[in-house]
Amino acid sequence: MFAYYLELALRSLKRSPGLTALMVLAIGFGVAASMTSWSVFRAVSGDPIPWKSSKLFVPQIDMWGPNGRSPDGEPPNAMDYTDAVALMRDHRAKRQSAMYQISPSIVPADASKHPLNVSGHAVYGEFFPMLDVPFKFGRGWSNSDDANRAQVVVISSKLNQKLFGGVDSVGKIVNVEGRDYRVVGVLDQWNPQPRFYDVVNSGGFSTSDADVFLPFQTAIQASIPNDGNTNCNAVPDEPGFVGLQHSPCAWIAFMAELDDAAAVTAYRAYLDGYAKDQQAAGRFRWAPNNRLRDVPAWLENQHVVPSDTKVSLLVALGLLLVCLVNTVGLLLAKFLRRSSEIGVRRALGAPRAAIYTQFLVEAGIVGAAGGVLGLLLTGAGVASVGWVLPRDIASLARIDVSLLVLTLLVAVVATMLAGLYPTYRASRVQPAWQLKSN
Amino acid sequence: MKLHPILAALRKHKAGTVLISLQIALTLAIVCNAIFIIGQRIERVNRLTGLDESNLFLVTQQWVGAPNADTAEGVEKLDAMQREDLAALRNLPGVVSVTPTNSLPLLNSSWTGSVSHKPGAQLGGKDNTRTAYYFTDDQVLDTMGLKLVAGRAFSAGDVQHQGFRDQPPRPIAMITKALADKLFPDGGAVGKVIYSDGSNAPTTIIGVVERMQTPATGSWGNDFAWYSTLIPTRLDANFARYAVRTRPGQLDTVMRAVTPLLYKVNPLRVLDDDSVRPYSEIRAKAYRADVGMAILMGVICLILVAVTAAGIVGLTSFWVGQRHRQIGVRRALGARKIDILHYFQIENLLIAGVGVLLGIALAIALNLWLMTRYEMTRLPVPYVLVGVLAMLVIGQAAVFVPARRASNVPPVSATRAA
Repeated sequence: MFAYYLELALRSLKRSPGLTALMVLAIGFGVAASMTSWSVFRAVSGDPIPWKSSKLFVPQIDMWGPNGRSPDGEPPNAMDYTDAVALMRDHRAKRQSAMYQISPSIVPADASKHPLNVSGHAVYGEFFPMLDVPFKFGRGWSNSDDANRAQVVVISSKLNQKLFGGVDSVGKIVNVEGRDYRVVGVLDQWNPQPRFYDVVNSGGFSTSDADVFLPFQTAIQASIPNDGNTNCNAVPDEPGFVGLQHSPCAWIAFMAELDDAAAVTAYRAYLDGYAKDQQAAGRFRWAPNNRLRDVPAWLENQHVVPSDTKVSLLVALGLLLVCLVNTVGLLLAKFLRRSSEIGVRRALGAPRAAIYTQFLVEAGIVGAAGGVLGLLLTGAGVASVGWVLPRDIASLARIDVSLLVLTLLVAVVATMLAGLYPTYRASRVQPAWQLKSN
Repeated sequence: MKLHPILAALRKHKAGTVLISLQIALTLAIVCNAIFIIGQRIERVNRLTGLDESNLFLVTQQWVGAPNADTAEGVEKLDAMQREDLAALRNLPGVVSVTPTNSLPLLNSSWTGSVSHKPGAQLGGKDNTRTAYYFTDDQVLDTMGLKLVAGRAFSAGDVQHQGFRDQPPRPIAMITKALADKLFPDGGAVGKVIYSDGSNAPTTIIGVVERMQTPATGSWGNDFAWYSTLIPTRLDANFARYAVRTRPGQLDTVMRAVTPLLYKVNPLRVLDDDSVRPYSEIRAKAYRADVGMAILMGVICLILVAVTAAGIVGLTSFWVGQRHRQIGVRRALGARKIDILHYFQIENLLIAGVGVLLGIALAIALNLWLMTRYEMTRLPVPYVLVGVLAMLVIGQAAVFVPARRASNVPPVSATRAA
């Protein structure tokens, strides 16, 4: 029977090519617009470390007090040096790392090459196992390297390619800002988007790779300044980078790994205890106002998904809705035009279910055709988002199998949904009336 | 033309009528808000920076193994290196003037602080006005093409230098007219004293420039977009930025010459692909997201309107086909072609009218909802009115073809079977 309905549907669609084309076009465009904006939204709202994001936490400490809070009472979104180092010293989480963004220059050993500028972070050794950072060669550094301010460096595979031609460079020397550092590890491909470990400085997304990682205290000692945001509630008392370390300016990101609810509760209590101690010591003149959010909550709190992306998705879904309303109207017109045909079929004994099947198959075919057109248009759409969106976001939008399947599925299901009411109306056609009027 | 027969006919096509009305309502709601977004973005992109943006480019470079800017002798060495670069750039053929600067409008790299009437004011306090600082020298007006509207410009003798993270007193400054009006609403800002960043050392305003935007491109900078303060100080750090104005038509030539020149002055530095950028590129990058959003909204509006118009054509055609016989009867009874045409046009106007009324409500509801969730402002009435008019016109245009076909139905079809 299905093959017969298919044939009937095709014949019917061929009979009014204009109307059919109109429906297919509307569905194609509606689906393509939705899917293109969905691909962008999916890319920017993704979880960068899904297997672990609920165990990674960002603590915030209120070191500025009521005057420095945001209107909704939030403490600063980064730490000052005093608190970051104190939290590292207390070491209450399973793993933790303070970090700050650096942008040092590197002098290639090959004297004929110009120096290059790289970006990266000064971190503690636990950063690598905490974030499951993949290594191609070697590994990160140890806690004792942190304590001893070892002259070591972890580089990206891209930088390894540039400096050492991609060979295993563990043990080799890299000149960073005029000092020599021994390579202990080379990263494998690692470019999490959003850049969740330092959202404040990357604004979420970053086109530049993280090329170097230095031990935090080593970088501080070498006076490699921070390249990221520095927010101050007062002018530092002392000048220079040392003055910044003694100031209450916020410029350090922090992340801690807490494995279960008990650990989270304990860490919260620890943070509040720390703030109370600071209050008792007179450094804070206000009650503790800390925050501890896991990565998904932190990304949400920092508005990592641009509101433009959300609005575009909404508007595109609105377009799809209009296209479907349009399809309902056109299918209704199309089906009811064939009232007499339905009347004949019903009079000859076809049950309502048969009419339902016949017309839903027809709607499904329109949906499938719209879906195929939608696929092509989505392809064109995703390929051209680079023209209209900022590069860091556009480069994340990709076509993959799940997007293709979803496109087809949305088109067919939506069209069949749109076909429900017209089909219902068609199945209600009174056979006697139709036969009489002819 | 009587409405009664139209209404009676519409009652027979409830579903179709409701669907078209709904479609028009949704289209109006979305198009109004989308066009409003486009309008806002265009307004934003068209803001004037206050610079003469043609023939202007920016050099950003970093020295390798540079002296430590936290020490006094390091600062002196860095300043000597910076002056060496400036001298070399100023001697380059085709260059009109060069100025060191920590940023440019729309560069999205800013040094912000606050200025106050009183010394030692707490940062973030009530009396403070947020501002973005430009640390530059006496050639800033010529290089950036800023217009002095009161007082005097910096002279070579005014220019100091400091380590990037130092906080020495700032004896003099130029401010923008917007900031001057904010600080001194009664005028006469020149010669007055302000205090910057909670300092106890006074800063005397020596000049006022007509307009200069801050470097901030994000919405966080909207509140003080025109509150710029110019300080005659070269910042010394391991990196430096130079703004360069060239003679007309020589921008590309001069830009190409910069990298080799600076390497010749001192090879131990980083200059990469985006170290030398024309101002047009800085502007394009700053507004890329806004332009993109406007284009996206425009494309969606076009598709929406096309789909809705096509839907009207489709359904009306169907109705015309269905009522072939009735039209024939009316024609046989003496209705003119124009009467039939008007019939369908008025019918569409009624349907669209209902849709538009519903659409106004939806548009406002959507706008209010967007306002609570995202950075949107209230939809101005003209946008809605233009949207309403546009929808009605589109409806009429879409109905014209099928309506004319209807008017061409010959009276004789009254006698034929449907």
